[in-house]
Amino acid sequence: MSWRRLLHSRKAVAGLVLMGFFIVLAIFPSELSPYDPTAMAFDPGLGASSAHWLGTTSQGQDVLSQLIWGARLTLIIAFGAGGLATVISVIVGVSAAYLGGFADGALSLITDVLLVIPIFPLIVVIAAYLRNTGLGEMIIVLGALGWSYGARQLRVQVLSLRNRDFLMAARVRGERSSYIIAAEIMPTLVSLIMATFFGTAVFSVLTAAGLQFLGLANPTSLSWGNMLYWAQNAEALDTGGALWAIMPGVCIALLGAAFAFLNYAFDEISNPALKPVRRLSRRALRAERHHLVEARAA
Amino acid sequence: MRFVLRRLGFFAVTLWAAVSLNFLIPRLMPGNPAQVLVAQHPHLNPQALHALLTLLGGNTNQGLLSQYVEYWGHAVTFNFGISLTTAFGDSVRTMVAQRLFWTLGLVGVTTVLAFVLGTFIGLVSAWKRGSWLDSFLPPIFVVTSAFPYFWMALLSIFVFSVTLGWLPSDNAYTTGLVPGLDWHYVGDVLQHAVLPAFTILITAIGGWILTMRNNVITVLADDYVRMARAKGLRPWRIMWHYAGKNAILPNLTGFAMSLGLVVSGAILVEDVFNYPGVGSLMLSAVSDLDYPVMQALFLLITVAVLLSILAADVITAILDPRTREQS
Repeated sequence: MSWRRLLHSRKAVAGLVLMGFFIVLAIFPSELSPYDPTAMAFDPGLGASSAHWLGTTSQGQDVLSQLIWGARLTLIIAFGAGGLATVISVIVGVSAAYLGGFADGALSLITDVLLVIPIFPLIVVIAAYLRNTGLGEMIIVLGALGWSYGARQLRVQVLSLRNRDFLMAARVRGERSSYIIAAEIMPTLVSLIMATFFGTAVFSVLTAAGLQFLGLANPTSLSWGNMLYWAQNAEALDTGGALWAIMPGVCIALLGAAFAFLNYAFDEISNPALKPVRRLSRRALRAERHHLVEARAA
Repeated sequence: MRFVLRRLGFFAVTLWAAVSLNFLIPRLMPGNPAQVLVAQHPHLNPQALHALLTLLGGNTNQGLLSQYVEYWGHAVTFNFGISLTTAFGDSVRTMVAQRLFWTLGLVGVTTVLAFVLGTFIGLVSAWKRGSWLDSFLPPIFVVTSAFPYFWMALLSIFVFSVTLGWLPSDNAYTTGLVPGLDWHYVGDVLQHAVLPAFTILITAIGGWILTMRNNVITVLADDYVRMARAKGLRPWRIMWHYAGKNAILPNLTGFAMSLGLVVSGAILVEDVFNYPGVGSLMLSAVSDLDYPVMQALFLLITVAVLLSILAADVITAILDPRTREQS
């Protein structure tokens, strides 16, 4: 995997730019937002104006400031839960494939069971028992339930590697298993691990937004899902506050799209068959033909 | 046959896991939900009280193992006692049965539609690789598949219902209308189903398109497709009979996998549209802390998803000799 190839992919660049934008919002919300996001300091339900680009909420808070502050919590969930799920899927997937036998059978069974159980209803039920789901609980629940797809793919990939010559060579050299896994197998898995991370991050962002929208995850904290919860409760769409109910969803969709674009870009890098075909322009074709003729003449 | 038997065994294990999760979760949670409910409802008759304690734990006179056995009895007969808050005193079973029809109709039809349409668009866009269709559609669906379902629902209500006033956005039929098999009622039901169905379709279809496109691209590089081209077969024949047929089968497995996601999305969509299906029942049970209803619905949703995956598996096994060889 090379970084230059990453920058040549249009999908990857789109994903990186969007991601960078949200990361900046998440790091510097107090510098970037025009007002205090929680202060009920303005007239309620204002439309868009030069003072309030996206209007105000029914509580008289500035929507744009809430939107900027909301990036932080969403990104923490994306990276926290996505990271946790990725770590679990690497551990489960690689050890299942490498150990084989009974361990493989048991780990694969757990993976497959988790893969087909509908996760969102399960998380809703858990959140209902927990009453007010905090940030830490949310990350743990999302991470602990979202790893199955990645683990399955990693297992298949490692299984396909198991009998390759370079691993045989390492085994014949008498390397320890821990060395073989860390230094020989892992590097070939980097792009798949990245893809797993992006996939689980999108899943976490969307699931967390769903829970927040239902009011199941501490409705007083500043997040895009909670903004939608309050907007829906205030019937913002019917009462003229459309931007309040639309913009948080746009942000969730763009962040999700950023992860999805990066995911497909890494997919294309690790599977060259999917690389987009470039149509050669007529001039390029002529140059190539010219080149061939010259080469034959030489 | 061996393949089907193995899958059946796997689904038995999954079902066991789902029922056991249902049994364990309330018992592992802090603050004993059963005791809270008992304190809230001091006038429950002893029979209902016993049923509640079996469902949620907190029965100190009974060992965990015998609680578990009794729980299985309830799960197998789908007997989850009575609702405690959403509709006090109603049997959970009848409550769920009334809602099931609406969800099955909405989710069933839209899932099949999304699969058929998505597979077709994916096939064409892989076939015409690099064309305007291919460079235009897949990226758009990458973005739409990252849309939160509930937000898409809000947006379509805003556009088609609030602003344009074309379609209703609440309930599954006009309140007060007498249900019956006449055109007036059926037309009304269909009209109410358009927006929720559209929402699910738009968000679910992206995944189909992209996986089908990738499958077809992989298949197109195979020798038998090159052979077909060399024989000079008509392009559409190669596309349908050579590439399409072989690429659809792995997509069918994906169909099964993604069903859980569609069901999850449908829960949120039903909530936004006030659609009287099991999803909105589940959410009102959650907000009212109606644990018996919640447990019944989680089990029901899991069983429904498992059955459809099993059906997709059996169909794949019949159509695709490759899966039979694997087992």
